[in-house]
Amino acid sequence: MNQTICYILIMALVTYFIRVLPLTLVRKEIKNIYIRSFLHYVPYVTLAVMIFPGILDSTSSPWSALVGFIVAIIAAYSGRSVVTVALLTCGAVFITEWFLY
Amino acid sequence: METNIAAWKKGVKTGIPVAFGYFAVSFSFGILCKKAGLNPFEAVLMSATNLTSAGQFAGLSMITAMATLIEIVLAQLIINSRYFLMSFSLSQKIPTDTPIYHRLLLSYGITDEIFGVSIAQPGKLNPYFMYGVMTAAVPGWTLGTLFGVASGNIFPERITSALSIALYGMLLAVIIPPAKKNKAIAGMIVVSMLFSSLFAIIPVLKNISSAVKIIVLTVVIAGCAAFFFPLKEDEA
Repeated sequence: MNQTICYILIMALVTYFIRVLPLTLVRKEIKNIYIRSFLHYVPYVTLAVMIFPGILDSTSSPWSALVGFIVAIIAAYSGRSVVTVALLTCGAVFITEWFLY
Repeated sequence: METNIAAWKKGVKTGIPVAFGYFAVSFSFGILCKKAGLNPFEAVLMSATNLTSAGQFAGLSMITAMATLIEIVLAQLIINSRYFLMSFSLSQKIPTDTPIYHRLLLSYGITDEIFGVSIAQPGKLNPYFMYGVMTAAVPGWTLGTLFGVASGNIFPERITSALSIALYGMLLAVIIPPAKKNKAIAGMIVVSMLFSSLFAIIPVLKNISSAVKIIVLTVVIAGCAAFFFPLKEDEA
């Protein structure tokens, strides 16, 4: 086996190890309200930290990304499904970039 | 809980836009693989087994730079550490009697987006919903890499640009609706984005890797929120 493939598989193992540990070890319902609350809030904080300002670098121009960001927030706030929000965000960026370039 | 097949189908439907977004991102990854001298088999193998964007991009540049094994392992541990928290959070979202083989399989699919849309499901999570999302998203990620590495750049940048932001749109669709009903969550999201921006602007903080930033901010902000706004019994 060449070195690249060996490295790739080790990366996969390490990544899987991180993902599998909590899900297989924590098999009971946690009673502690503080830990429960923490775990309940984790997705919102982690995803929010990842979304902004990262979203501004995701397209060819921060301006089109900003338009996409605003459109996504409005669409999500008005209760559209995940699919619809994704499509509207794409559309907004596509149209904005059409005007920019 | 709905039947497993219905849950799976619902998952596939939710997974399709994830797949398109993944295709766009992993397409760019494939192009980079080609530039770095990886052959199509190696590139696709990496996407199929790792299933993570930041980790793969970092891993690729480290392989190219002839980093040592220990450096690569450490980098992956840090970059992907957020999955540890997501997996922990997911452990409380699936039914407690979920058998071990489901837990082993589900773990493979913990990515930001698959986790996000799964955790957004009301009530307990049926593992088959997440399998449905994976059924669409994993081929999207793997095929994108294959096309990128095999073809070079065949899509106009405008298309990949619009598709790349789809993933962010989805994540927003996951976190915004609960924020509407819960002021604590809304506040948390604003504070998180604010601090995340500060970490991107302030000179000293700017040097911190984004993986470390994600973990530190999550532990501190979600920790404070849990302390100040603990869930009420009926919410938890």
